Amino acid sequence: MSVLVRMSVNGEHISREVEPRLLLVHFLRDHLGLTGTHWGCDTSNCGACAVWLDGEPVKSCTVLTVMADGHEVRTVESLARDGELDVVQRGFLACHGVQCGFCTPGMLMTARALLDRNPDPSEAEIREAISGQVCRCTGYASIVRSIRWAAAEQNGVRTVIDGDEP
Amino acid sequence: MQVPAPFDYERATSVDHAIGLLERLGDTARLIAGGHSLLPMMKLRLTSVEYLIDINELRDDLSYIRVEPGRIRIGALTRHRELLESEALRRACPIFHEAERVIADPLVRNRGTIGGALCQADPSEDLTAVCTTLDARCVIRGAGGERVMSMADFYRGPYQTAVGPAEILTEIRIPLRPGGSSAYEKVGRRAGDWAVVSCGAAVWLADGVLTDARVGLAAVGPNTTGIPALAEALRGRRPSEELYAQAGTIAAEHCTPVTDQRGSAEYKRHLAAELTRRTLRRAVARGMADGAAHGAASG
Repeated sequence: MSVLVRMSVNGEHISREVEPRLLLVHFLRDHLGLTGTHWGCDTSNCGACAVWLDGEPVKSCTVLTVMADGHEVRTVESLARDGELDVVQRGFLACHGVQCGFCTPGMLMTARALLDRNPDPSEAEIREAISGQVCRCTGYASIVRSIRWAAAEQNGVRTVIDGDEP
Repeated sequence: MQVPAPFDYERATSVDHAIGLLERLGDTARLIAGGHSLLPMMKLRLTSVEYLIDINELRDDLSYIRVEPGRIRIGALTRHRELLESEALRRACPIFHEAERVIADPLVRNRGTIGGALCQADPSEDLTAVCTTLDARCVIRGAGGERVMSMADFYRGPYQTAVGPAEILTEIRIPLRPGGSSAYEKVGRRAGDWAVVSCGAAVWLADGVLTDARVGLAAVGPNTTGIPALAEALRGRRPSEELYAQAGTIAAEHCTPVTDQRGSAEYKRHLAAELTRRTLRRAVARGMADGAAHGAASG
């Protein structure tokens, strides 16, 4: 059995025939070619597959494509606008938030959602926000610093990175 | 790669539509809400589903938190995140906020629902312990109408509930009594993990005396039901450290943890006692502070 799904993906209207058992992560990667969303543990533990569903981050390995029918999905590919990186992406660059890069797309989507709701999160709030995501390089300190950098940058505060002070 | 076996899919357009589909399709059909218990089981082929009925579009009917005089009504499709963030729920029953903070992680909480959690009936699951602690009532609807039952009647053992093949859990009702307060504690190995042991406590105070008290434990054996002996020991007593210790001893005696990768049975029994003490202590302190605040306001 195939069913027709229609949804908005990164602002673009998509309509496809899919099997009901197709997971959203595979739909995005294999059917739409949006391979920025990573497919990790497959068990809703690692968060590499985090995307937005109706504006909130979710683990796309544990959402059926058919459940997103009629809804709005955003992936990491939508963060940069007109060739300009989002401030959270710039934060990860500035503070070495990317090591192997595998967890990065999920981390970026969660970070962007956090800053949209809480423009000035504390370190504890950042750590809570990314607590459903695993960085197997264990680069959490850099990731937290990257998100703090993005918050400060977004709020127009001159950014001082820990350890970079003169 | 973990992929569920093939199934047919339909979206319910109303609760009655969902019940009608369940009646027609029998026990090969399952409801799906947040999907964070059912989909992993389908991916691991631990459960076979031929027909999946998606109830996520029924939010208008089944997603709400209503604090009313004498009770709170929570729609079964209310998501963990909404329970965590509801200020009204936090004021009325602090145990919900404390439990939700340690249930899974923020992304999972964006999808998972209270109804799904209760219907999964995992003995390590936290909201079952919360609802047991608060003496919640479950509203189950079928073609013949509604049934309302206690958590003790709802929870039939690991992964088993009183919900029939053509029924749906629609609402959870939390009774509110004067002088009530509550608390929750969980010991886990890491953020987002299942509990090693979790414990909820609810107390009701009048003139510095416990008029009633309940404790609900998770991950200490197949049963998540409350411990009646514990309520009997606390009722009518003045709160004290000795009383909390006595309650902890009763909790440890009445649970049946097993040794697994999360800890030894001995350690879990120790946690059952210690968490019972801590949650009772905190619930009482909170209840006393609330009582003092109300006394000051009215005086």
